[in-house]
Parts: sequence; structure tokens; C-alpha cells
Amino acid sequence: MTVNPASPAQAPERATADPGTPAGPGTPTPEANSAVPAPARRRMPPRAWVALGFLALVVLGAAVGPLLLPYSATETDLPNRLLPPGARLSDGGVALLGTDQLGRDLLAQILAGSRVSVIVGLATVLIGGFAGLVLGLLAGYFGGWIDTLISRLGDAQLAFPSVLLAILIAGVLGPSLTNIIIALAVTRWVIFARVVRASALTVQGLEYVESARVVGAGHVRILVRYILPSCWAPLLVAGTAQIGLAMVAEASLSFLGLGVPVTQASWGATISDGRDYLSSAWWISTLPGVALALVVVVVGLVSDAYRDHTDPRAAL
Amino acid sequence: MLRFVLKRLAQALLIILASLTVVFLVVRVAPGDPAALILGASASPSDLADLRRELGLDEPLLSQYATFLHGVWQGDFGRSWRLGGDALANVLDRLPATLQLSACALLVTLAVGFPLGVVSARRAGSWIDRLISVPTLLGQALPSFWVGVMLILIFSRTLGVLPATADGTVASLVLPSVTLALPFLGWLARLVRNGVLEELGKDYVRTARSKGVDGRVVFYRHVVRNMMIPVVTLLGLLVGNFIANAVIIEVVFAWPGIGSLMIDSITNRDYSVVQAAIMTITVAYVLLNLLVDFLYVKLDPRLNPEHMS
Amino acid sequence: MTDTRPPHGGTPTPTDGAPLISLTDLRLTLGRGAGAVDLVRGVSLDVPQGTTVAVVGESGSGKSLTALSMMGLLPPGVTVGGGDIVFDGTPVARLTEREWQPLRGRQLGMIFQDPLSALNPCIRVGDQIAEMFRLRAGLGRREARDRAVESMVEVGIPDAERRARSYPHEFSGGMRQRVMIAMALSLQPRLLIADEPTTALDVTVQAQIMRLLIARKQARGLTMILISHDLGVVSRSADSVVVMYAGRVVESGPSREVLTRPAHPYTVGLMRSVPDRRRPGAALEAIPGQPPDPRTVPSGCAFHPRCPMARDRCRTEVPALRPVGPARASACHFADEVVGGGANLPETNDASEVSGHV
Repeated sequence: MTVNPASPAQAPERATADPGTPAGPGTPTPEANSAVPAPARRRMPPRAWVALGFLALVVLGAAVGPLLLPYSATETDLPNRLLPPGARLSDGGVALLGTDQLGRDLLAQILAGSRVSVIVGLATVLIGGFAGLVLGLLAGYFGGWIDTLISRLGDAQLAFPSVLLAILIAGVLGPSLTNIIIALAVTRWVIFARVVRASALTVQGLEYVESARVVGAGHVRILVRYILPSCWAPLLVAGTAQIGLAMVAEASLSFLGLGVPVTQASWGATISDGRDYLSSAWWISTLPGVALALVVVVVGLVSDAYRDHTDPRAAL
Repeated sequence: MLRFVLKRLAQALLIILASLTVVFLVVRVAPGDPAALILGASASPSDLADLRRELGLDEPLLSQYATFLHGVWQGDFGRSWRLGGDALANVLDRLPATLQLSACALLVTLAVGFPLGVVSARRAGSWIDRLISVPTLLGQALPSFWVGVMLILIFSRTLGVLPATADGTVASLVLPSVTLALPFLGWLARLVRNGVLEELGKDYVRTARSKGVDGRVVFYRHVVRNMMIPVVTLLGLLVGNFIANAVIIEVVFAWPGIGSLMIDSITNRDYSVVQAAIMTITVAYVLLNLLVDFLYVKLDPRLNPEHMS
Repeated sequence: MTDTRPPHGGTPTPTDGAPLISLTDLRLTLGRGAGAVDLVRGVSLDVPQGTTVAVVGESGSGKSLTALSMMGLLPPGVTVGGGDIVFDGTPVARLTEREWQPLRGRQLGMIFQDPLSALNPCIRVGDQIAEMFRLRAGLGRREARDRAVESMVEVGIPDAERRARSYPHEFSGGMRQRVMIAMALSLQPRLLIADEPTTALDVTVQAQIMRLLIARKQARGLTMILISHDLGVVSRSADSVVVMYAGRVVESGPSREVLTRPAHPYTVGLMRSVPDRRRPGAALEAIPGQPPDPRTVPSGCAFHPRCPMARDRCRTEVPALRPVGPARASACHFADEVVGGGANLPETNDASEVSGHV
């Protein structure tokens, strides 16, 4: 990965403050009466790595899990319906997490649902992030009416609760994976655009950008070589934070029946299905939710750790 | 002050107009023929054509828009083909239930979140602080609808102490409002905690201490009071999420409010009700934001135009 | 600018002659354990009743922390690592917050550098002053308000009755500082500590505020400790001066003497780096280098890397603060040389001609 958290935007300042030590604390400013030295740059804590590992497993499970499992997530198997976790099936297999009201293995459901969640989470952030990146760069770099237009548009959109917008779009367009991604991405781009715009604004005023312009570098070149690198870190921080939110949004939409079509498994839909069987088969609603909660919390941990890593001041 | 009020009102109107327009456009884009939906698949083509003409679906988009706005101005969103009766009337019928739920949830949020935040701040770094931070973080991370279902499972199906759906009793308010309040409670607690800690580091606190003012007075009279300002601003952000969550919670608990009506209507393509519901929600959202803005200006004397000397 | 100091360095109110407050070898430490750093490394000073003692030095010298420690208002993380502070016979260096409370406001008061941030922005000015009377003197609301207005009048705030209902941001810098002074002096404390009271103000306003402080001091027999960058302010208002560098006292004595015939190369450097009306057009000589980081204080005399007179002994041996004349002390191995004329400053009887900031 070529992402460098020590972005060029910070380099000029660090050069004057403390040339020798790579990540050591700088000399206290003359103003600090009780001179509190800045803490050394933090490594990513071990638990962040554990969290990342867990997430990798999740993605792996999403990708390959349904293929490996002998049980189908969609075929109904009524004789074996509503079996508790660990129960034996009529054909001798074991339903590790039980079966749902149509006899479908819950573990298979959860794995299939994880696929949907991961895809939606990643796609939403990638698409929304890309759109936000482009628009944010344009707004921050060119300023003027472009900036005003984009910013006002973003403000106007944010003025309205985004989930409602997603509900409306998804509801009207009809249940489908693509539609959810569209609906969610449309509501997310503003966040990314704002983050990128802020970075772009700071960088484009710096001297080395000025000198590049003077030398005759074209806009595209300046954008790609100078401005873009410093936008990565905050974009990634925002992105990792948004993945979890996008997953919850998808689950919520599917729960409401506005998400993926009935033929596809989704954690939200499974939880919703299980509501009628809470007394008799609590596992149907509970377990997918546990999976979702776990993934969201872990994503949050990774996102926080990454943010602390790239901006030590935020951790203070 | 008057200029400020007028400006915010104008903004509010713009937002309402914008959301109406968006809804209008999105609904028109929807696949499926509304006339066929209303009359059913077995209707004759001429009946369908008649209805289409009656609903103005054959007109050019702009004139449909004009008709639509004209109707909205008079409070006419059309009729609900599913429930019968005027669309807006159907929506407003459900307003009290939503208000009840929201008010209750807000109460819970403030009554629990605020003190938790204050305690956390007073004992920052201690085990109490850490203990409080766990559920508050969890409350924000866990998906709301699932928490609702789990609470139903525990308190209604297993323990049998609380009802799971609206039955007119106060007890039935408990689970939905607690579920709705949970994420915001946690958020508020963290906000208050951090706000207090930040104020504690400010110079005027040191001055108050240098005057020999008692620690507790410093804390409540100076710090907590000043901290309200940033909290109130951020409260404004809360409103949008609150409304969105309320919609979902209403569905979870089958609460007879506007939110559940809206979802049902979307699923069943009863678009006149959808439009009426969204406008009502937008108006509520805008009003709440206005309220927060006024509160904020009132609280911070630095912004109060009357005090600009 | 007339010299507003009372003649003969002040007339102390008759007491047993003991200083009102005295610091003995005070050490202030940031942090604990292995990474702990001493920010103030052994400061001793006595403040006789009724006098004004100025503490001067560059940023980072530890002067503000020393002042804060005298009220128990050290920032979080900074503790008293050693030494003593005795106020009116009572040791106060290690009091708890609760034990400090009765003393603050009543016995000692403090005013701070930036009155805008030091006043609560959301409470009316009159109420902030009245708070003292209500909470500490047990007065009723109305009476406390009246007394607050009175104290605003005393510090020269015009239209006080009406202005008491205003908020801090509605005042100018000078007026805000007057409010702070009114507030700090409302319960008539015996000691006032002024931490850079004029640094954030315009030059013209600075003079007004200093005059106000002196006037208040004379009216009440106040003892004052003045922390400042500004040598001009010091020379005009202080009876004695304490010069701090890198957390220690390097020179002390009557202000007139210290400023005209300094006994430490640092003080000499300070005087030279400041515009002097007696030498118009003369080049300002900044002291080369920077004050040391508290974590890496130079061995021996902390000033030696920047000192034009540094010798071998300076690098190895820490100079003690020793007397170099009546009521004068200096922490330089070669103080006598410095006093004797190695400093190259023109003689004058009136140090008030010096102006400017450090």
C-alpha cells in the first residue's frame, strides 16, 4: 500500500521543528510555560491488528464460506425447520447455529448475509468515496463557483436525514443489491467530499504547490502528485468509519423489507424473519445480529486506531 | 434578532420545498403504473386511462409539479388508495403516537445521558468512567433495530414483564422509547463528558478557583453551564438521526406512528401517503432544528445580537 | 514617565519584619517517575510586606509556574517536588484544594494575563464580581451586587452600574483587566499576584493599568508580586526584582540597582536587548541562542552556552545564589566582574528610562 500517513503536508513543518529525530517529540515552543513535550508517535496498538485480522477472516468467510458449507442458504427444508443450534438434522448433519423457519441452516444464512454486508459496505464506501474524492478535490482545489456549487449541494443534502433519503430511494427503486448501493452511496458522498475538500484546501495553499504551478505544471499533474497524497489519510479514516455505518444501514433497510430481494440472504432480513418466532426459536433473530454487532464494533476499533495513528493529536 | 429569525425561516422553507421536489421526482421515477396499482391488474385499459387522466399522470412533468405544489399548499396530497381517505389526514392521525414515542425517548436520553456524562467527567480516568464508557460505546455501535428485537425477546417473550407492541398502556411505551434512546444516550453521555473536561481546562475555571470559589460551585455554575453551548449545537445533528431511528423503531414495535405508516406506504406504493408523510417529517425536522438554533443563540451571550455593544 | 514607586523602596506596614510570603528552594516537577522533568529547580525568594517584587525572565523560565504555585493553582501534572512556600507563617506548598479555599480570595488574590479568557464569557461581569461577596462574604444578592458595582467604580470603570450587566466580550481589553483587578481585590487580600497583567494590552492601556495597580496597592497596603516580560514596567513599579532563568533565580535585588548595575550576564543581556532611550539608535543585541529545554538543561551554569563571559568553571560547577552587595544576590561565578563594569552600561540614577519588553 502506498499510503503514507506522514503526508507531504506535514513534512515542511517537521523539517524545521526537528530535523534529526524521525518521530520524536519536537522542542517545546517558547510560549509553553509549563512545557509539555508532545508524545512520541504511537504505533498501532496490538488490538488493532487483532481487529484487522478478525475483519480479514470475515471477508474471507464472506467470499468463500457459502461455497465451503454443504448447506444451502436458500433452499427450503421444511422437515428440519426451527431446530436449535447444535441440533441434528434428519439427514444426519449438524446445524451448528440452528435452522430457521424454512429449515435453512442459519450458519449458511449468516455467511451468505455476510457476503451482502461486506459487498454493500465496501461498494458504498468505494463509490461514495470516489465520488466524494473527485468532487472534494474539485471544490477544494479550484474554489470559486465550483466550490460554492458543490458545497451548497452537499449542505442541502445533509440538511435532510440521510437514512430517510436512502429509505425513499431504495423503496421506490425496488429491492435489489444494486439499488441499495446506489441509495447508500448517494447519501455518503458528502461526508467524503467534505473531508477531501478540507485537505485539498490546506495543501493547495502551501508553497510547494505554488512553485509547481509557477513552473507550469498542469492541473491534473498538480492534483495527482501533490494534492491527492495528503487527502488519502483522512479519506481512509472516514472510509473505515463509514463501512460500519453502511453495513448497519443496509441491514436496517433489509429489515424494513426495502433492501435485498427476498431471494437473497441478508442479516437484516433474517432478523426480521425471526421476529415471529422469538419465543420458539430465538436464535434466528439473535445470531445474525450478534454477527453484525461484532463486525461493526471491530470496524470501529480499526477505524479509531487508524485515526489515532495518523493524527496523534486527536488521541490526546 | 429579527433578521436572524427571518433568515432561518426562509432557509426552513427552502428545505421543505427541496424535499417536496425530491419526493415528487423520486416517486415519478418509480417503476410501475400507479393507476394499475390503484385499480388492480384486472382493470380495463379505458378505466386505467381515465384514472391516469384524473390523476394528471399524462400531463408534462412541469405541469404535474405545479399541480402538485398547488395541492400541497392547500394541504391536499391526494387520497390514499390503500387506506381510503385523505392522505394528509391519515398521516396526521398517526402524529400523536409518534410524538408520544419521541418525547418519551428524548426524556430518557436527557435524564440518563446527561448525569452519566457529568459523573464520567467528574471521575475522569477512574473505573467509573471506564465502566460508563462501555455501554455508551456499545449503545452507539449496535444496530438499533436488533437491540429492539433483543429487548422484546428478553423482556416480553422470556420475562413477560413488558408488552412488545402498543396497547395504550404506559408500559408499552417503555421498550420502544428505551430502544430509541439508547444510541443517543450514549452519544450524549460522551459529549457531556468531553465537553466538561474541555471546559475544565479553560482559563476562567482557574480564575474561579483563584477566587476561592468552592469546587462544586465552580463545576456546576461555571463549567456545566458553559458546556451546554457546544452540546446544544451538536444536539442539532442529533435530530436527523433521531427521526430516522424513530421510523425504524416504530416498525420494530409495530408502533402506530407516522414512521411505520410511511414504510408500509412505500412498500405498497401508496405514494400520496408517502409524500404527505415525508413532508410532515421534514417540517418536524426543520422546526426542531430551528428550535435548537434559537436555543443556542439564547445560551451564548457572545452571539446574542442584543448584546453587541 | 514619572517614577511611581514610593521612595526608599516602599513603606512596609509595621509587622514583625517577616516576609509575607517566602519560597525556599522550591522545585516544581512535571510528571512522575522516570520521565519527570523539573521545571522550577530550586527557587528561593522572600517578599516583604507592603513591597512589590517583580519576577522577570523569558518564556520558559518558570516564573509563571512559580506564581501559580503560590496559590496552589498548578496545572495538572505539575507538582511540588521539593521545597517550601510559607505564607504568613503557614506552610502552603502541599495544601489540598479544600485547604486552599479559605485562603484564596481572602488572603491572596491573583490576576491573569489574558482577561478575555480568564473571565467566564457567559456570566455577566457584575455577577462574577458579586460571586465573591455572595459566596465568600455571605452577603445577600442585592448587597453583593452593590458592593460589586462599588468595586468597579474603585478601579475606574465608568458607568459601572450599567456596565455590571454586560458580558466580558463587550469590554475593551483594559476594562476587562480592571474587572479582573476589582474581582481579585474585592475581599481585600493581603497579597496580589499579577501574572503578566499588561502583556495582552495596548501600550497606552498598559500604563493605566499599572498606575491603577500601584494606586490600589498604596491605598490598601497591599503586597504585590509582579510577573513580567516587561523590564520597563518592572523598573517603574517594583521595589525589588528577581531574575529567573531556566527554572532558577539568577539574580535578585532592589530594582534600581539590578537594572542599572546588573550582577549577572543574563540580566546584562536582557538590558541590552531592550530599547533604551539613553542610547537612541544603538543596535539591539539579542542574546544568542534559546532558553534550554527543561529536559536538557546544560551542565554547570545553565546560562553558559549563551554567555559571552563563559569560562571552564561555568561548564562544570553550578553557581550558587550568593550575596554580592546589600540585599543583592547573583548566581554567577564572576558576579563581581559583571558588576564592576564588564557590562558596559552607562551609569544612571534613574532606571525608569528603560522601556520595552524582554
